[in-house]
Amino acid sequence: MAHAKDHDYHILSPSIWPLVASVGAFVMLFGAVLWMHGVTPWMFWIGFVAILYVMFAWWAEVVKESSIGDHTPVVRIGLRYGFILFIMSEVMFFAAWFWSFFKHAIYPMDEYFGSEYISPDIYPVDALGLPLINTLVLLLSGCAVTWAHHALVHENNRKDLINGLAIAIALGVFFTGLQAYEYAHLLHEGWEFGGDKFYSNFFMATGFHGLHVIIGTIFLAVCLFRAMKGHFTPEKHVGFEAAAWYWHFVDVVWLFLFFAVYLWGI
Amino acid sequence: MADAAIHGHEHEDERGFFTRWFMSTNHKDIGILYLITSALVGFISVAFTVYMRLELMDPGVQYMCMEGARLFAAAPGECTPNGHLWNVLITGHGILMMFFVVIPALFGGFGNYFMPLQIGAPDMAFPRMNNLSFWMYVAGTSLAVCSVLAPGGNGQLGSGVGWVLYPPLSTNEQGWSMDLAIFAVHVSGASSILGAINMITTFLNMRAPGMTLFKVPLFSWSIFVTSWLILLSLPVLAGAITMLLMDRNFGFTFFDPAGGGDPVLYQHILWFFGHPEVYIIILPGFGIISHVIATFSRKPVFGYLPMVWAIIAIGVLGFVVWAHHMYTVGMSLNQQAYFMLATMVIAVPTGVKVFSWIATMWGGSIEFKTPMLWAFGFLFLFTVGGVTGVVLSQAAVDRAYHDTYYVVAHFHYVMSLGAVFAIFAGIYFYLPKMTGKMYPEWAGKVHFWTMFIGANVTFFPQHFLGRQGMPRRYIDYPEAYALWNAVSTWGAFLSFASFLFFFGVMAYTLRNGARVTEPNPWNEYADTLEWTLPSPPPEHTFEILPKQEEWDKSPAH
Repeated sequence: MAHAKDHDYHILSPSIWPLVASVGAFVMLFGAVLWMHGVTPWMFWIGFVAILYVMFAWWAEVVKESSIGDHTPVVRIGLRYGFILFIMSEVMFFAAWFWSFFKHAIYPMDEYFGSEYISPDIYPVDALGLPLINTLVLLLSGCAVTWAHHALVHENNRKDLINGLAIAIALGVFFTGLQAYEYAHLLHEGWEFGGDKFYSNFFMATGFHGLHVIIGTIFLAVCLFRAMKGHFTPEKHVGFEAAAWYWHFVDVVWLFLFFAVYLWGI
Repeated sequence: MADAAIHGHEHEDERGFFTRWFMSTNHKDIGILYLITSALVGFISVAFTVYMRLELMDPGVQYMCMEGARLFAAAPGECTPNGHLWNVLITGHGILMMFFVVIPALFGGFGNYFMPLQIGAPDMAFPRMNNLSFWMYVAGTSLAVCSVLAPGGNGQLGSGVGWVLYPPLSTNEQGWSMDLAIFAVHVSGASSILGAINMITTFLNMRAPGMTLFKVPLFSWSIFVTSWLILLSLPVLAGAITMLLMDRNFGFTFFDPAGGGDPVLYQHILWFFGHPEVYIIILPGFGIISHVIATFSRKPVFGYLPMVWAIIAIGVLGFVVWAHHMYTVGMSLNQQAYFMLATMVIAVPTGVKVFSWIATMWGGSIEFKTPMLWAFGFLFLFTVGGVTGVVLSQAAVDRAYHDTYYVVAHFHYVMSLGAVFAIFAGIYFYLPKMTGKMYPEWAGKVHFWTMFIGANVTFFPQHFLGRQGMPRRYIDYPEAYALWNAVSTWGAFLSFASFLFFFGVMAYTLRNGARVTEPNPWNEYADTLEWTLPSPPPEHTFEILPKQEEWDKSPAH
């Protein structure tokens, strides 16, 4: 090269992952259509596995690039910007579900002139039972993440970092378990997966939240693994920071769900 | 070339074909890929509309027959009208143009190529994710094309529900086609969101030393604001179409009144995305036009700061006016009054932009090179479209115009003519920079004039049709509308010929165009950083970041 680069930005070499990921996305979604129309589930799963593999390989590469020093301070700022923007787009995704929920809750169709719709009898949930416990579980998990963060940033204490993360993950798994239990319970008591606007809103909003909890738990687990490998330093831990932000975002969505859907809506 | 030594290095490109174009992490190559792909998809989408105009040339149905689609008119009595085919074509035209042609060309193509260059960044913030955006766009396009060819409603291929995918039509449409279309929009949405994250981060984090926010060139500003619109509006659309998907396949009732759902809710959520989408399409065009007009008027753009704030204002206002697309669904008068007022307010920042462009030209030494002609055309057509937009913004007047050809004329004046003319202005303006070849001036001018006349002949009569009461989205019409429909179709033929000619011009220029030797083939008022680079720019640009005196023409600003 006639000139080496003389700046701190990250210039990447060519990569096959974007192409593989997109082929995987096409296969997965085309497969989803086949599956929904009763042809075969296999095409979906092939695409899905391809995407999981790309995620693993791509992010493993990112971790490697970080370890060889490609992530200069300015690149780290960029990564943070990127992740905050990603969370903002997620917030807007949930805005759609809340929009639908509030619309149907505040202006139900049975009040419209000429409507023949009659709201079904819905088995009531005690918001101060399991949902409240779940709220506390998730908030506690958020506290554990913050504890881990402080241990890393202020004391460079890897033991507490690992302990905090482990507790946060355990609580996250616990939340998912409780939520699964509650779904089963409600379905047993006559709730349906679809069939009425209330069930539609409830299961899609809490379901997408649950999906995000699972993703967030995996993200924290990756961070735990990396923390045990000693990847994080008090100055340089973008991955952990992003996981923590994501986890707090999931927390906040749950708080809205708890107050709006469980406490007020049911 | 001293600048070449500063900004790049002239070594042979060792990347193989596959590595360069399929595994790219280079914003310029990805920009080119976007432009080429969107041109191909644009050709498909334009072919759809020319076929539709052919059908509308005369009353009665002569081409889209149940007996088979034809290229030559069927004799009377030989053709059973195939309304489904018609519906599939209007749906395909809308979806392709909205998601797979204009956004990828302006935002993906020009945005990728020139935004980093204008701010002096060596590449995008996330070069690998940039390529993911591009390939997801290709995956989405593939799903969209599959959707047109897959088993759909009425026992035929494709879905004919209109690009807005309103339920109950879209929830009742049979077959796979609709589901494929929904996933196509999901994937292209994900692609655009990743692109937006990339653009915003690049803009905020990678500007050249000394380039404060209000020194950034207008095109980069327009990409930045567009990115915000994409980031905040597309996820909402993803939610809406996911609801559609659940209603269609899993018995959910978001939009099904039988289960307490509300089809109008879909319209609200869709248009909460759909209106920002309109500005996503046009804002990058605004940016390009500003540079073209300044360059060929040999004056700096008039009112840089108001221009920036106008872009921001249009972006913000774009989020609070959505329901003016649905005045006739039975909203309360108060709601209608609000949306009407809010909509009219947008005319203010848009007016700021139009008058600033005119003021830029005022007293300038105007040179009618091809890009300037396109910018002129843009200014005229966009203003016509904007003025009919103010007409339509009035809820009372919209009672008469809703879903007529007046609306079709309006949004084609702002989009088909506004955005597309901006794309062509950009292509001719930047072609020498991107390829190092100069197009033949006469050919560019022929392309412009045929397109300008063709587009106006196509769309201007549609105002008359709308005022006569002709509804949109129909395959046939009564005798009374025959004259202006025939005129409109001849205009479409002329535009299509012009579009084919454009491909010829591009092919000729790439093979035989005159070599551009200097970095800046225009004049010193093309003063942004991309014009300091060799044409075409080397693989890596700004490996040494640019100094302030290279781009800051008014340091005291």
